[in-house]
Amino acid sequence: MNLFRQLTEKPWEAAHGPDGVLARPRRFDVPAATVALRVFLCVVTVLFSLMLVAYAERMLYEDWRPTPRQWLLWFNTSFLVFSSIALQWASVSLRRGRVSDARDGLVLAGIFSVAFLLGQLWAWRQLSAMILFDITNPAIAFFFMITALHGLHLLGGLVAWGRTTVEVWREPLPERAALHVRLCATYWHFLLGLWLVLFTLLFSGNDNLTWLLVICGLR
Amino acid sequence: MADVTEDAIDDVIDDAVPPAEVPDVELPHAHSWITKYVFCQDAKVIAVQYSMTAMAIGLVALVLSWLMRLQLGFPDSLSVINAEQYYQYITMHGMIMVIYLLTALFLGGFGNYLIPLMVGARDMVFPWVNMLSYWVYLLAVLILVASFFVPGGATGAGWTLYPPQAILSGTPGSGWGIILMLVSLIVFIIGFTMGGLNYVVTVLQARARGMTLMRMPLTIWGIFTASVLALLAFPALFVGAVMMLFDHLLGTSFFMPAIVNMGQQLSHDGGSPILFQHLFWFFGHPEVYIVALPAFGIVSDLIATHARRNIFGYRMMVWAIVIIGGLSFIVWAHHMYVSGMDPAFGFFFAVTTLIIAVPTALKVYNWVLTLWRGDIHFTVPMLFALGFIVTFVNGGMTGLFLGNAVVDVPLSDTMFVVAHFHMVMGVAPILVIFGAIYHWYPKITGRMLNNALGKFHFWVTFVGSYAIFLPLHYLGLMGVPRRYFEIGDMSVVPPSAATLNEVVSIIAFVVGFAQMVFLFNLVWSLRKGEPAGSNPWRATTLEWQTPQTPPGHGNWGKELPVVHRWAYDYSVPGAAEDYLPQNLPPSRVRAAAE
Repeated sequence: MNLFRQLTEKPWEAAHGPDGVLARPRRFDVPAATVALRVFLCVVTVLFSLMLVAYAERMLYEDWRPTPRQWLLWFNTSFLVFSSIALQWASVSLRRGRVSDARDGLVLAGIFSVAFLLGQLWAWRQLSAMILFDITNPAIAFFFMITALHGLHLLGGLVAWGRTTVEVWREPLPERAALHVRLCATYWHFLLGLWLVLFTLLFSGNDNLTWLLVICGLR
Repeated sequence: MADVTEDAIDDVIDDAVPPAEVPDVELPHAHSWITKYVFCQDAKVIAVQYSMTAMAIGLVALVLSWLMRLQLGFPDSLSVINAEQYYQYITMHGMIMVIYLLTALFLGGFGNYLIPLMVGARDMVFPWVNMLSYWVYLLAVLILVASFFVPGGATGAGWTLYPPQAILSGTPGSGWGIILMLVSLIVFIIGFTMGGLNYVVTVLQARARGMTLMRMPLTIWGIFTASVLALLAFPALFVGAVMMLFDHLLGTSFFMPAIVNMGQQLSHDGGSPILFQHLFWFFGHPEVYIVALPAFGIVSDLIATHARRNIFGYRMMVWAIVIIGGLSFIVWAHHMYVSGMDPAFGFFFAVTTLIIAVPTALKVYNWVLTLWRGDIHFTVPMLFALGFIVTFVNGGMTGLFLGNAVVDVPLSDTMFVVAHFHMVMGVAPILVIFGAIYHWYPKITGRMLNNALGKFHFWVTFVGSYAIFLPLHYLGLMGVPRRYFEIGDMSVVPPSAATLNEVVSIIAFVVGFAQMVFLFNLVWSLRKGEPAGSNPWRATTLEWQTPQTPPGHGNWGKELPVVHRWAYDYSVPGAAEDYLPQNLPPSRVRAAAE
């Protein structure tokens, strides 16, 4: 569907008088749930973008102290990568009719996701125990807030993942189940991409923070 | 005989409809009283629930405004509230009116009722999520109301909730009050996101056959664009609320600088209060249009219907809605001219603010041109629509003053600002809400609202609003500050200001009384109102073409409607009737004309 073409058409010209002609109806050629997910991902993108900009703006202050490096985050990142791959595998398997592989993929995705969340909790604990820990340090506060919100989004995703897994485990209606697994995979890929941006720019090392300022137009 | 055959073929060609692209949906039917009227998944019931809750909490805000006016009008003789309560009341009045009444009523109320009906759908695409959205909204309202009853009372930080004072002791409600306010906002935003996704996806995916985007009524364009705006703007308030909650509860310093409070050095260090202002107004300015755009759309439909004219410049109107929505994201800092911003920034935001007047003025011209030589019926909805246009122009004109950084600085924090935003964001949208209720009440209930009471309601509200807010402009120009519990003996304020304040207060009570008449009319007409029939206004849009009035569950009986034309075929030359419903096939139009 060409949105621009729809917005520039003049249906009243065709249907000007009593002898109207029906214009061709068009809609997005994707299921409603897919559109809903895409709109929701736009909302989440705005949410995290605002936090990134706020982070960047705060960095400009002279008293800025970055977060200490945490190697654990690299492991957590790998868990999220694996869960995303597993969901993609499940999605492709279901499309090809390999229900058993899809089930395995879903279970693996769940395990890796839970591992990621536990890892993030462990990272919080590790950070709180550090000598450099100071809750009034905005970088640390941002770390807690951003990882908490990212984790909450993943938790929400796990609710959908649970329902989808149950659906696939019972007798899956091929198209419906495939759609749900595909949506889960999309959501996980998005959360992975989001985490990679957050991790790369904010929490992986001080050098990358300059990039953030450039992206935000602040340097 | 040959002619007849050709006509028949023409009819078939004209009435031909492409195959359905949207399969009919299976609706979750209610099986008990609870699932039919309480935990109901029908958008129409949810709309009524949203509207009743919004109006109930709006009444609370109305009472708060009376209490404030009592204080402002009669500070010496009637000491009904103290300074602390005054700040709590202005805060709660503002927040309730903007978020919990206007946003909820326009999007949750009218959005839920009108979107499925006007686009020819059976219901919202995700009915369960839609139901959940209402209950989360109700929870947000209850949390907000609870803040009146906690120790310390509701927050008195002003509706903008600026830190650091919002969470410092000394500000009323700086304990539980502000916490509950922030939690309520967070809950509201979560609930709205559920509803907003439904509104957007239903418009994009569930339109009836033939209902192209450029055949949608402008009401739907307004609600749709406002929903998109809200989905993109509310995250800023969400982030701000979460960060302030962290500052208050966990001791972080997002917004809190190193500060001495009541002689005591606090542990906060290095936060930026201005950051909150940016986040708040990045939400706050689009919020103006989240309220205004549905109003623009509804007014367009009211005017076209009650003036029996096709809307002038439909495509321009759609684009203006979209452009205003886009521009509303790059004007936010005009609320912060006095925060010490770089003059270059101020210049940029002043320019964008003035540019937004262009598409807005274009809409006003188009409304006036729609009315030009129309068959204007001065029905109650039409009166409210006309009242809106005048009021929005007036409010917009004072916006030109405040949008200019140099003029804004001396007017900042005066009653002029209060008068401006009440005209543009209070009175104008409320007039549209009333007009819309008078217009669609017959469809919702099957009965007309009482006309005489409606006209009384309109004239008292319309004239009264001007009698309240025009003097406030004047007071502001004299230098009377806003947010002051009492003015006292200020050298810049002449004694006549006190007299003016008394008059304004008395008129405010009268206007408030008129709203009670409106509520009485709503209830009285439910049983005693004149039966409305299915299409009392002889309107073209789909909601008036339902097989039942009020529409049943699923809206359309067995067959979904098929749309053959845009929404504004009024007074079409050659047609038998002065309106052609959107779902009327061309062959029937021709047959009637012959």
